[in-house]
Amino acid sequence: MIKDFHYLRPNTVGEALDLISQYKDDCKIICGGQSLLILMRQGLVATDYLVDIKRVQGLNYINFDTNEGLKMGAATTHRAIEKSALIKDKFKVLADMENNLASIQVRNWGTIGGNLAHADAAGDPAPVLMTLGASVKVGSADDTRIISLDQFYVGLFETALKEDEIVLEVQVPVPASRSAAVYEKFNLLQSDQGIIAVAASMTLNGDSTCKEARIALGNAAPTTMRARKAEQTLVGGKLDDGLLEAAGLAASEEADPISDIHASEDYRRHLVKVLTMRMVKKAWEQAAISA
Amino acid sequence: MEKHLLRITVNEQEYELYINPKALLVEVIRDHLGFTGTKRGCESVSCGACTVMIDGMAVKSCSVLAMQVDGMNVTTSEGLEEKGQLHPIQKAFLDHGAYQCGFCTSGMLMSSKAFLDENPNPTTHEIREGIEGNLCRCTGYNSIVRALDAVAKGNYREDKA
Repeated sequence: MIKDFHYLRPNTVGEALDLISQYKDDCKIICGGQSLLILMRQGLVATDYLVDIKRVQGLNYINFDTNEGLKMGAATTHRAIEKSALIKDKFKVLADMENNLASIQVRNWGTIGGNLAHADAAGDPAPVLMTLGASVKVGSADDTRIISLDQFYVGLFETALKEDEIVLEVQVPVPASRSAAVYEKFNLLQSDQGIIAVAASMTLNGDSTCKEARIALGNAAPTTMRARKAEQTLVGGKLDDGLLEAAGLAASEEADPISDIHASEDYRRHLVKVLTMRMVKKAWEQAAISA
Repeated sequence: MEKHLLRITVNEQEYELYINPKALLVEVIRDHLGFTGTKRGCESVSCGACTVMIDGMAVKSCSVLAMQVDGMNVTTSEGLEEKGQLHPIQKAFLDHGAYQCGFCTSGMLMSSKAFLDENPNPTTHEIREGIEGNLCRCTGYNSIVRALDAVAKGNYREDKA
Protein backbone atom coordinates (compact mmCIF):
# COMPACT_ATOMS: atom_id res chain seq x y z
CA MET A 1 0.00 0.00 0.00
CA ILE A 2 1.39 3.36 -0.99
CA LYS A 3 1.52 5.89 1.84
CA ASP A 4 -0.36 9.13 1.15
CA PHE A 5 1.72 12.00 -0.16
CA HIS A 6 1.31 15.54 -1.42
CA TYR A 7 1.71 15.58 -5.19
CA LEU A 8 3.57 18.46 -6.78
CA ARG A 9 3.98 18.91 -10.51
CA PRO A 10 6.25 21.83 -11.43
CA ASN A 11 6.35 23.03 -15.04
CA THR A 12 9.92 24.23 -15.23
CA VAL A 13 13.29 23.08 -13.97
CA GLY A 14 13.49 26.24 -11.83
CA GLU A 15 10.16 25.50 -10.16
CA ALA A 16 11.20 21.89 -9.57
CA LEU A 17 14.51 22.88 -7.96
CA ASP A 18 12.78 25.46 -5.75
CA LEU A 19 10.35 22.81 -4.49
CA ILE A 20 13.14 20.34 -3.85
CA SER A 21 15.23 22.94 -1.99
CA GLN A 22 12.14 23.69 0.10
CA TYR A 23 11.25 20.10 1.00
CA LYS A 24 14.69 18.44 0.80
CA ASP A 25 14.55 15.03 2.52
CA ASP A 26 10.78 15.25 2.94
CA CYS A 27 10.31 14.89 -0.81
CA LYS A 28 11.07 12.27 -3.40
CA ILE A 29 11.40 12.94 -7.08
CA ILE A 30 9.48 10.87 -9.59
CA CYS A 31 10.17 10.89 -13.30
CA GLY A 32 9.08 7.69 -15.10
CA GLY A 33 8.66 5.98 -11.75
CA GLN A 34 9.16 2.50 -13.19
CA SER A 35 11.39 1.57 -10.26
CA LEU A 36 10.24 4.06 -7.63
CA LEU A 37 6.56 3.11 -7.65
CA ILE A 38 7.40 -0.54 -7.00
CA LEU A 39 9.42 0.46 -3.95
CA MET A 40 6.66 2.79 -2.76
CA ARG A 41 4.07 0.05 -3.09
CA GLN A 42 6.28 -2.36 -1.18
CA GLY A 43 6.55 0.23 1.57
CA LEU A 44 10.32 0.50 1.12
CA VAL A 45 10.01 4.14 0.15
CA ALA A 46 7.55 6.54 1.76
CA THR A 47 7.51 10.27 1.28
CA ASP A 48 5.50 13.27 2.39
CA TYR A 49 5.89 15.12 -0.89
CA LEU A 50 6.32 13.71 -4.39
CA VAL A 51 7.75 16.07 -7.00
CA ASP A 52 6.89 14.90 -10.52
CA ILE A 53 9.45 16.05 -13.09
CA LYS A 54 8.33 13.74 -15.91
CA ARG A 55 6.86 16.58 -17.94
CA VAL A 56 9.07 19.45 -16.82
CA GLN A 57 9.99 21.52 -19.86
CA GLY A 58 13.51 21.29 -21.20
CA LEU A 59 14.61 17.94 -19.78
CA ASN A 60 13.77 15.81 -22.80
CA TYR A 61 16.33 16.01 -25.60
CA ILE A 62 19.16 14.16 -27.35
CA ASN A 63 21.85 16.42 -28.82
CA PHE A 64 25.23 15.65 -30.32
CA ASP A 65 28.09 18.02 -31.06
CA THR A 66 31.48 16.94 -32.43
CA ASN A 67 33.25 18.92 -29.70
CA GLU A 68 30.95 18.52 -26.72
CA GLY A 69 29.72 15.01 -27.46
CA LEU A 70 26.31 13.60 -26.55
CA LYS A 71 23.93 15.34 -24.19
CA MET A 72 20.68 13.74 -23.09
CA GLY A 73 18.08 15.42 -20.93
CA ALA A 74 17.31 13.55 -17.73
CA ALA A 75 13.67 12.96 -18.72
CA THR A 76 14.57 11.41 -22.08
CA THR A 77 12.91 8.00 -22.24
CA HIS A 78 14.81 4.76 -22.77
CA ARG A 79 12.73 4.20 -25.88
CA ALA A 80 13.78 7.56 -27.36
CA ILE A 81 17.43 6.64 -26.84
CA GLU A 82 16.90 3.17 -28.28
CA LYS A 83 15.20 4.57 -31.39
CA SER A 84 17.46 7.59 -31.93
CA ALA A 85 19.20 7.39 -35.33
CA LEU A 86 21.93 9.60 -33.93
CA ILE A 87 22.65 7.23 -31.05
CA LYS A 88 22.48 4.13 -33.26
CA ASP A 89 25.08 5.81 -35.48
CA LYS A 90 27.47 7.26 -32.87
CA PHE A 91 26.88 5.16 -29.74
CA LYS A 92 25.59 1.80 -30.93
CA VAL A 93 26.42 0.21 -27.57
CA LEU A 94 23.89 2.55 -25.91
CA ALA A 95 21.12 1.74 -28.39
CA ASP A 96 21.81 -2.01 -28.05
CA MET A 97 21.77 -1.77 -24.25
CA GLU A 98 18.45 0.10 -24.28
CA ASN A 99 16.96 -2.48 -26.64
CA ASN A 100 17.43 -5.11 -23.92
CA LEU A 101 16.42 -2.94 -20.97
CA ALA A 102 13.25 -4.32 -19.38
CA SER A 103 10.30 -4.25 -21.80
CA ILE A 104 8.96 -1.85 -24.43
CA GLN A 105 6.34 -0.61 -21.96
CA VAL A 106 8.98 0.28 -19.37
CA ARG A 107 11.22 1.90 -21.99
CA ASN A 108 8.29 3.99 -23.22
CA TRP A 109 7.81 5.58 -19.80
CA GLY A 110 11.07 5.18 -17.87
CA THR A 111 13.80 7.77 -18.21
CA ILE A 112 17.58 7.78 -18.34
CA GLY A 113 17.97 10.32 -15.54
CA GLY A 114 15.58 8.44 -13.28
CA ASN A 115 17.38 5.18 -13.95
CA LEU A 116 20.80 6.62 -13.06
CA ALA A 117 19.53 8.43 -9.96
CA HIS A 118 17.73 5.29 -8.75
CA ALA A 119 21.24 3.82 -8.37
CA ASP A 120 20.37 0.16 -8.69
CA ALA A 121 23.71 -1.64 -9.09
CA ALA A 122 21.98 -4.00 -11.52
CA GLY A 123 20.79 -1.17 -13.78
CA ASP A 124 21.84 -1.45 -17.41
CA PRO A 125 22.73 2.13 -18.41
CA ALA A 126 25.30 2.90 -15.69
CA PRO A 127 28.02 0.39 -16.64
CA VAL A 128 27.75 1.26 -20.33
CA LEU A 129 27.86 4.99 -19.67
CA MET A 130 30.78 4.53 -17.25
CA THR A 131 32.89 2.85 -19.90
CA LEU A 132 32.00 5.67 -22.29
CA GLY A 133 33.39 8.16 -19.75
CA ALA A 134 30.00 9.76 -19.09
CA SER A 135 29.11 12.36 -16.48
CA VAL A 136 25.88 13.70 -15.09
CA LYS A 137 25.06 17.37 -14.78
CA VAL A 138 23.22 17.85 -11.51
CA GLY A 139 21.56 21.00 -10.26
CA SER A 140 20.05 22.59 -7.18
CA ALA A 141 18.26 25.91 -6.82
CA ASP A 142 21.68 27.50 -6.19
CA ASP A 143 24.11 25.80 -8.49
CA THR A 144 24.86 23.18 -11.10
CA ARG A 145 27.85 20.85 -11.17
CA ILE A 146 29.18 17.98 -13.24
CA ILE A 147 29.83 14.61 -11.56
CA SER A 148 31.69 11.83 -13.36
CA LEU A 149 29.65 8.62 -13.22
CA ASP A 150 32.78 7.06 -11.69
CA GLN A 151 32.18 9.28 -8.64
CA PHE A 152 28.39 9.22 -8.70
CA TYR A 153 27.67 5.95 -6.90
CA VAL A 154 28.75 5.97 -3.28
CA GLY A 155 26.85 3.05 -1.74
CA LEU A 156 23.94 0.66 -2.08
CA PHE A 157 21.20 2.72 -3.78
CA GLU A 158 23.14 5.85 -2.80
CA THR A 159 24.46 8.59 -5.05
CA ALA A 160 26.61 11.67 -4.60
CA LEU A 161 23.49 13.85 -5.07
CA LYS A 162 22.89 16.27 -2.22
CA GLU A 163 19.40 16.39 -0.75
CA ASP A 164 18.44 19.42 -2.88
CA GLU A 165 19.99 18.23 -6.15
CA ILE A 166 18.58 16.34 -9.12
CA VAL A 167 20.10 14.90 -12.27
CA LEU A 168 19.52 17.30 -15.17
CA GLU A 169 21.57 15.88 -18.02
CA VAL A 170 23.72 12.94 -19.05
CA GLN A 171 26.89 13.88 -20.91
CA VAL A 172 28.96 11.46 -22.98
CA PRO A 173 32.21 12.61 -24.59
CA VAL A 174 33.03 11.98 -28.25
CA PRO A 175 34.60 8.50 -28.42
CA ALA A 176 38.35 8.42 -29.11
CA SER A 177 39.52 7.20 -32.50
CA ARG A 178 40.34 3.49 -32.66
CA SER A 179 37.99 2.74 -29.80
CA ALA A 180 34.90 0.58 -29.29
CA ALA A 181 32.56 -0.22 -26.43
CA VAL A 182 30.40 -3.30 -25.86
CA TYR A 183 28.05 -4.61 -23.17
CA GLU A 184 26.57 -7.94 -22.23
CA LYS A 185 24.55 -9.21 -19.32
CA PHE A 186 23.96 -12.76 -18.23
CA ASN A 187 20.35 -13.50 -17.36
CA LEU A 188 17.59 -15.99 -17.92
CA LEU A 189 15.19 -13.68 -19.75
CA GLN A 190 16.71 -11.33 -22.29
CA SER A 191 14.96 -8.31 -20.82
CA ASP A 192 15.79 -9.00 -17.16
CA GLN A 193 18.50 -7.19 -15.30
CA GLY A 194 21.81 -8.98 -15.42
CA ILE A 195 22.75 -11.53 -12.79
CA ILE A 196 26.11 -10.08 -13.80
CA ALA A 197 26.68 -7.47 -16.49
CA VAL A 198 29.96 -6.27 -17.95
CA ALA A 199 30.68 -3.30 -20.20
CA ALA A 200 34.10 -2.71 -21.74
CA SER A 201 35.55 0.09 -23.81
CA MET A 202 38.93 -0.33 -25.49
CA THR A 203 41.06 2.37 -27.09
CA LEU A 204 44.02 1.15 -29.13
CA ASN A 205 47.39 2.51 -30.20
CA GLY A 206 48.45 2.50 -33.87
CA ASP A 207 50.00 -0.95 -33.42
CA SER A 208 46.74 -2.26 -31.92
CA THR A 209 48.16 -2.50 -28.41
CA CYS A 210 45.88 -1.30 -25.64
CA LYS A 211 46.08 2.45 -25.02
CA GLU A 212 43.21 2.67 -22.56
CA ALA A 213 40.73 0.16 -21.14
CA ARG A 214 37.58 0.90 -19.23
CA ILE A 215 35.63 -1.97 -17.70
CA ALA A 216 32.46 -1.55 -15.63
CA LEU A 217 30.62 -4.27 -13.73
CA GLY A 218 26.88 -4.38 -13.11
CA ASN A 219 25.32 -6.23 -10.15
CA ALA A 220 28.78 -7.34 -9.02
CA ALA A 221 29.01 -5.09 -5.95
CA PRO A 222 26.77 -2.75 -3.90
CA THR A 223 27.21 -0.19 -6.70
CA THR A 224 28.07 -0.24 -10.36
CA MET A 225 31.88 -0.32 -10.30
CA ARG A 226 34.94 0.13 -12.49
CA ALA A 227 37.21 -2.92 -12.61
CA ARG A 228 40.35 -0.85 -12.40
CA LYS A 229 42.80 -3.66 -11.69
CA ALA A 230 41.57 -5.52 -14.73
CA GLU A 231 41.93 -2.33 -16.77
CA GLN A 232 45.53 -1.91 -15.59
CA THR A 233 46.49 -5.42 -16.64
CA LEU A 234 45.44 -4.55 -20.18
CA VAL A 235 47.17 -1.21 -20.75
CA GLY A 236 50.12 -1.57 -23.15
CA GLY A 237 49.31 -5.21 -23.85
CA LYS A 238 48.61 -7.12 -27.04
CA LEU A 239 45.40 -9.09 -27.48
CA ASP A 240 46.03 -12.72 -26.57
CA ASP A 241 44.37 -15.40 -24.46
CA GLY A 242 46.80 -15.03 -21.56
CA LEU A 243 46.15 -11.32 -21.22
CA LEU A 244 42.37 -11.81 -21.42
CA GLU A 245 42.58 -14.47 -18.74
CA ALA A 246 44.60 -12.16 -16.47
CA ALA A 247 42.11 -9.32 -16.94
CA GLY A 248 39.14 -11.61 -16.32
CA LEU A 249 40.74 -12.99 -13.18
CA ALA A 250 41.57 -9.50 -11.88
CA ALA A 251 37.97 -8.35 -12.44
CA SER A 252 36.55 -11.41 -10.70
CA GLU A 253 38.80 -10.74 -7.69
CA GLU A 254 38.02 -7.03 -7.34
CA ALA A 255 34.27 -7.62 -7.74
CA ASP A 256 32.29 -7.82 -4.49
CA PRO A 257 29.17 -9.79 -5.37
CA ILE A 258 26.56 -11.33 -3.08
CA SER A 259 24.92 -14.73 -3.07
CA ASP A 260 21.18 -14.69 -3.60
CA ILE A 261 18.39 -16.72 -5.16
CA HIS A 262 19.75 -16.01 -8.65
CA ALA A 263 23.38 -17.04 -8.20
CA SER A 264 26.03 -17.75 -5.59
CA GLU A 265 28.91 -15.37 -4.98
CA ASP A 266 31.32 -17.86 -6.56
CA TYR A 267 29.19 -18.23 -9.64
CA ARG A 268 28.91 -14.46 -9.97
CA ARG A 269 32.71 -14.14 -9.79
CA HIS A 270 32.94 -16.78 -12.50
CA LEU A 271 30.49 -14.79 -14.62
CA VAL A 272 32.49 -11.60 -14.08
CA LYS A 273 35.60 -13.37 -15.34
CA VAL A 274 33.95 -14.92 -18.39
CA LEU A 275 32.05 -11.80 -19.41
CA THR A 276 35.07 -9.55 -18.85
CA MET A 277 37.20 -11.75 -21.11
CA ARG A 278 34.45 -11.84 -23.71
CA MET A 279 33.74 -8.10 -23.65
CA VAL A 280 37.40 -7.02 -23.71
CA LYS A 281 38.07 -9.30 -26.68
CA LYS A 282 35.01 -8.08 -28.55
CA ALA A 283 35.71 -4.39 -27.89
CA TRP A 284 39.38 -4.87 -28.80
CA GLU A 285 38.50 -6.53 -32.12
CA GLN A 286 35.93 -3.87 -32.96
CA ALA A 287 38.34 -1.06 -32.06
CA ALA A 288 41.03 -2.60 -34.26
CA ILE A 289 38.88 -2.27 -37.37
CA SER A 290 37.30 1.10 -36.42
CA ALA A 291 38.43 4.43 -37.82
CA MET B 1 -4.58 14.29 1.72
CA GLU B 2 -5.90 16.81 -0.76
CA LYS B 3 -7.42 15.34 -3.88
CA HIS B 4 -6.30 16.43 -7.31
CA LEU B 5 -8.35 17.09 -10.42
CA LEU B 6 -7.50 14.59 -13.14
CA ARG B 7 -8.58 15.30 -16.70
CA ILE B 8 -8.15 12.21 -18.79
CA THR B 9 -9.46 10.87 -22.09
CA VAL B 10 -10.11 7.16 -22.06
CA ASN B 11 -11.29 5.43 -25.23
CA GLU B 12 -12.12 8.81 -26.76
CA GLN B 13 -14.36 9.82 -23.87
CA GLU B 14 -13.25 12.74 -21.69
CA TYR B 15 -13.42 12.40 -17.91
CA GLU B 16 -12.80 14.78 -15.03
CA LEU B 17 -12.47 13.33 -11.57
CA TYR B 18 -10.93 14.09 -8.21
CA ILE B 19 -8.49 11.45 -7.05
CA ASN B 20 -5.97 10.76 -4.33
CA PRO B 21 -2.66 11.48 -6.10
CA LYS B 22 -1.31 8.08 -5.10
CA ALA B 23 -3.91 6.39 -7.32
CA LEU B 24 -2.29 4.30 -10.01
CA LEU B 25 -3.53 4.58 -13.57
CA VAL B 26 -4.82 1.00 -13.44
CA GLU B 27 -6.91 1.86 -10.36
CA VAL B 28 -8.50 4.87 -12.05
CA ILE B 29 -9.21 2.91 -15.23
CA ARG B 30 -10.74 -0.07 -13.42
CA ASP B 31 -12.18 1.23 -10.16
CA HIS B 32 -13.16 4.80 -11.01
CA LEU B 33 -14.09 4.46 -14.67
CA GLY B 34 -15.10 0.79 -14.80
CA PHE B 35 -12.94 -0.38 -17.70
CA THR B 36 -12.24 -3.77 -16.18
CA GLY B 37 -10.77 -5.20 -19.37
CA THR B 38 -7.43 -3.95 -18.09
CA LYS B 39 -6.17 -6.52 -15.59
CA ARG B 40 -4.09 -6.21 -12.45
CA GLY B 41 -1.51 -8.97 -12.53
CA CYS B 42 1.90 -8.86 -10.90
CA GLU B 43 1.65 -5.15 -10.04
CA SER B 44 5.43 -4.97 -10.28
CA VAL B 45 5.99 -4.02 -13.93
CA SER B 46 6.67 -7.61 -14.95
CA CYS B 47 3.67 -9.34 -16.46
CA GLY B 48 2.12 -6.75 -18.79
CA ALA B 49 -1.51 -7.71 -18.07
CA CYS B 50 -2.25 -4.06 -17.21
CA THR B 51 -0.82 -2.68 -20.48
CA VAL B 52 -2.75 0.25 -21.96
CA MET B 53 -1.83 2.79 -24.60
CA ILE B 54 -0.96 6.30 -23.47
CA ASP B 55 -0.85 8.68 -26.43
CA GLY B 56 -0.28 5.64 -28.63
CA MET B 57 2.52 4.11 -26.54
CA ALA B 58 2.19 0.80 -24.71
CA VAL B 59 2.70 1.42 -20.99
CA LYS B 60 2.06 -0.71 -17.90
CA SER B 61 -0.72 1.05 -16.02
CA CYS B 62 0.27 -0.54 -12.68
CA SER B 63 3.44 1.52 -12.62
CA VAL B 64 2.17 4.94 -13.61
CA LEU B 65 0.46 7.41 -11.31
CA ALA B 66 -2.82 8.49 -12.85
CA MET B 67 -1.82 12.12 -12.23
CA GLN B 68 1.15 11.62 -14.55
CA VAL B 69 -1.27 11.01 -17.39
CA ASP B 70 -3.29 14.18 -16.71
CA GLY B 71 -4.46 15.61 -20.02
CA MET B 72 -3.40 12.58 -22.04
CA ASN B 73 -5.19 9.96 -24.15
CA VAL B 74 -5.53 6.43 -22.82
CA THR B 75 -6.79 3.47 -24.82
CA THR B 76 -7.81 0.20 -23.16
CA SER B 77 -8.96 -3.04 -24.77
CA GLU B 78 -12.55 -1.72 -24.62
CA GLY B 79 -11.43 1.04 -26.98
CA LEU B 80 -10.23 -1.29 -29.71
CA GLU B 81 -13.53 -2.15 -31.34
CA GLU B 82 -14.77 0.11 -34.10
CA LYS B 83 -18.47 0.60 -34.86
CA GLY B 84 -19.38 -2.41 -32.78
CA GLN B 85 -16.95 -4.61 -34.69
CA LEU B 86 -13.99 -6.30 -33.10
CA HIS B 87 -10.62 -4.89 -34.08
CA PRO B 88 -8.71 -7.02 -36.64
CA ILE B 89 -6.21 -8.00 -33.92
CA GLN B 90 -9.07 -9.20 -31.71
CA LYS B 91 -10.54 -11.23 -34.58
CA ALA B 92 -7.17 -12.75 -35.31
CA PHE B 93 -6.76 -13.70 -31.64
CA LEU B 94 -10.14 -15.46 -31.79
CA ASP B 95 -9.36 -17.26 -35.05
CA HIS B 96 -5.94 -18.42 -33.89
CA GLY B 97 -6.90 -19.37 -30.34
CA ALA B 98 -4.39 -16.87 -29.05
CA TYR B 99 -5.46 -17.28 -25.44
CA GLN B 100 -6.65 -19.85 -22.99
CA CYS B 101 -7.41 -18.36 -19.60
CA GLY B 102 -7.54 -14.89 -21.15
CA PHE B 103 -5.93 -13.01 -18.29
CA CYS B 104 -3.04 -11.70 -20.38
CA THR B 105 -5.19 -11.02 -23.41
CA SER B 106 -6.19 -7.39 -22.96
CA GLY B 107 -2.64 -6.39 -22.19
CA MET B 108 -1.37 -8.51 -25.04
CA LEU B 109 -3.86 -6.80 -27.38
CA MET B 110 -2.70 -3.34 -26.35
CA SER B 111 0.98 -4.16 -26.80
CA SER B 112 0.10 -5.71 -30.16
CA LYS B 113 -1.87 -2.65 -31.27
CA ALA B 114 0.91 -0.23 -30.33
CA PHE B 115 3.47 -2.49 -31.95
CA LEU B 116 1.63 -2.96 -35.27
CA ASP B 117 0.83 0.78 -35.43
CA GLU B 118 4.57 1.42 -35.28
CA ASN B 119 5.69 -1.52 -37.43
CA PRO B 120 2.91 -2.73 -39.75
CA ASN B 121 5.15 -5.23 -41.63
CA PRO B 122 7.12 -7.03 -38.95
CA THR B 123 9.14 -10.21 -39.14
CA THR B 124 8.22 -13.03 -36.78
CA HIS B 125 11.23 -12.11 -34.67
CA GLU B 126 10.06 -8.50 -34.46
CA ILE B 127 6.58 -9.67 -33.40
CA ARG B 128 8.16 -11.64 -30.56
CA GLU B 129 10.11 -8.55 -29.53
CA GLY B 130 6.93 -6.47 -29.78
CA ILE B 131 5.20 -8.55 -27.10
CA GLU B 132 8.34 -9.04 -24.96
CA GLY B 133 6.74 -7.18 -22.05
CA ASN B 134 3.70 -9.45 -21.82
CA LEU B 135 3.72 -12.83 -20.14
CA CYS B 136 1.32 -15.58 -21.22
CA ARG B 137 1.39 -18.82 -19.25
CA CYS B 138 -1.13 -20.72 -21.42
CA THR B 139 -0.34 -20.44 -25.10
CA GLY B 140 3.42 -20.69 -25.27
CA TYR B 141 3.09 -17.53 -27.39
CA ASN B 142 3.03 -19.32 -30.75
CA SER B 143 -0.67 -18.82 -31.40
CA ILE B 144 -0.33 -15.15 -30.46
CA VAL B 145 2.58 -14.72 -32.86
CA ARG B 146 0.59 -16.49 -35.59
CA ALA B 147 -2.39 -14.21 -35.00
CA LEU B 148 -0.27 -11.07 -35.27
CA ASP B 149 1.52 -12.45 -38.31
CA ALA B 150 -1.88 -12.98 -39.97
CA VAL B 151 -2.90 -9.39 -39.26
CA ALA B 152 0.44 -8.09 -40.56
CA LYS B 153 0.11 -10.19 -43.72
CA GLY B 154 -3.21 -8.46 -44.42
CA ASN B 155 -5.50 -11.43 -43.78
CA TYR B 156 -7.85 -9.10 -41.91
CA ARG B 157 -7.47 -6.14 -44.24
CA GLU B 158 -11.14 -5.94 -45.24
CA ASP B 159 -11.96 -5.68 -41.55
CA LYS B 160 -9.95 -2.49 -41.25
CA ALA B 161 -12.20 -0.53 -43.64
